[in-house]
Parts: sequence; C-alpha cells; structure tokens
Amino acid sequence: MPNSTIKSAFWRGLRDGSPFLVVGAPFALLFGVVATESGLDILHVMSFSILVIAGAAQFTAVSLMDENAPTIIVLLTSLAVNLRMTMYSASLVPYLGKAPLWQRATVSYLLVDQGYSVSISEYEKRPKMSVAERFAYFAGTMTLLTPVWYIFTFVGAKVGSEIPPAFALDFAVPITFLAMVAPMLRTAAHVAAAVVSIILSLLLGFMPAGTGLLVAAFAAMIVGAQIEVWMERNAT
Amino acid sequence: MTYSDANIWFIIVGLGLGTYLIRFSFLGLIGGRELPEWLLRHLRYTPVAVMPGLVAPLVLWPNATGGDLDPARLIAAGVTLSVGYFSKNFLAAFFCGGIALYLSLYLLN
Repeated sequence: MPNSTIKSAFWRGLRDGSPFLVVGAPFALLFGVVATESGLDILHVMSFSILVIAGAAQFTAVSLMDENAPTIIVLLTSLAVNLRMTMYSASLVPYLGKAPLWQRATVSYLLVDQGYSVSISEYEKRPKMSVAERFAYFAGTMTLLTPVWYIFTFVGAKVGSEIPPAFALDFAVPITFLAMVAPMLRTAAHVAAAVVSIILSLLLGFMPAGTGLLVAAFAAMIVGAQIEVWMERNAT
Repeated sequence: MTYSDANIWFIIVGLGLGTYLIRFSFLGLIGGRELPEWLLRHLRYTPVAVMPGLVAPLVLWPNATGGDLDPARLIAAGVTLSVGYFSKNFLAAFFCGGIALYLSLYLLN
C-alpha cells in the first residue's frame, strides 16, 4: 500500500518541520515590521514574502533599500545571500532528481534552510524511501511553515507603523542577522571569512551604497575557501 | 527610501525570479551533474561572507542614534553573537540579544 506510506511520510515531515514555526513566525513578523518602517506598502511587503520566501535575502534587500543603494547592488547582494541554495539544489538531485517536474518545481519554490536541513537528514537516515515518499516528506516540512511565513509577514506589516521608537526596532535586523550568522561560525575558515567581511565592509564604507559590501563579501568568500584548503592540507 | 514604484517592483520580482532560479538550478535544469569542488567550497562561505559585512555598520553606527556608537546596542550585539556562537541556536541567540538590548537600554539611558 504505497498510499499509506506516502501519507505517513507527509505526517512525519509535518511533525519534524513544526519546531521551525517558533523561529519562522517571529522572523516573518519582524520582516513585516521592518519593511513597513522602511516605507514599503503592504502589497510590496507581502510580495517579498510570497515571491522571494527567503528571510535573510529579504532582510538584506530591505536594509540596502533603506540606504537607497542602487537597484543592481540590492539585487546582487541579496542574491549572493541565497547562492548557498545552489548547494541545496545540487545535493537533493540524488534523492528527488527523478521526481516529476511539477514536484521538482514545487520543492524549488519551497527550498529554504529549515525544510532542506530536516529533509536531507531524513533522506540520509532512511535510504529506502521512495521518490514519492521523499516528496511527501519535504512537502510536509513546509506545509505549516509557508502559510505561517505569509500570515506573520502580514501581521507585522499591519502593526509595524504603530510600534513606538522606544522599542528600538531599528536593532531587530542586526540582532536577527547576528543570531543567524553566529551558529554558522563552525570553523576557523568561517570565522576568518566573517572577520574579513566586517573589516572590509567598514573600510570600504566610503564606496557608493552597497558596493563596498559586495567587494567585502567577495573577498571574504575567497579567504574562507582558501583557509579551508590550507587547513585540509595541514590536517593530513 | 527614494525608489520609484516601478523600481521597487523590479527589485521584488528580480529577487523572486533570481532566487527561484538559484533553487531550481540543479534540481530542475542541470540535473545530476556535480558542481566542481572549488565552486562548492566558495558557495559554502556566502552567508558568512555577506551577513557580517552587512551588519557591522548597523552595529557600530546605528541610524537611530544618528550614527554614534551606542553602548546598549553594542552590548546587545555582543550578547547575540556569543550566545549564538556557543549555543549554535538561533532562537537562544535571538531572544538573549533582545533581552540584552532592552535591559541595557533601560539601565544605561
């Protein structure tokens, strides 16, 4: 009975994905608030969450727009934040590459850090899952998170303009980004990349809005990768 | 911000399309071919290369204080970073950072 195993894969995904609601809801709320405070109207804000559905990139775009960075710089920098997703896409090929196009297209739309990380570990843990079960599991992980992302963006955009400055909401973005980045600093190479990114972006602050950051990010990626190579060579 | 409406839509739709293409790249278009190792190695560092640089000026010279160093915000940033680094937990870092911000704003101002 393939049908019942597909169903149970879906429910397992739903259950395993539900803890992320605790992060997703406030994150979406905050995006709604911050984007509204930057001067975007509710249609813009909702379109961000529905068309882009990538928190870190959305925050990047809005904070660069807040500085009136050139359009192309806003796009390039925010897309750079999402470049890691090429790795997610590539690593899912062995598991979902044979799924029908509509399923692969759906997974691509919903491919965020949270759904990806639980799904890939489930696939590794249960190598016997069929392609249909894998898709059902992935869909399960995103079934609650996706509407929560939309709804809380909306709530944030609605209440955003009513929050007084005493709440220091300007600092919500830095705290969110730091909270996201800090757990990623797993190796000396990650730390070095982050340090290079900070130093260069501060030194290049004189460059037209956002361009200094782009140069800093590019240099930081190279430094991180080079240190990784160097560490691997010295480990053996 | 001083963008025209068309400009804002261009950013939203461009970011939406670009992000979708990034996600669809291998799963949809390129199929099973593997990314070269040197490229994977660089992609691994994109978030830690972009986000710290984005956040550093916001921490050191926040708009809310007219660009002056603000001890309360510095403390909050330090707490967020340390809790996140040691706990490897986004939520813990996020909430501790928020609490540190309000506590130090209350105590220092």
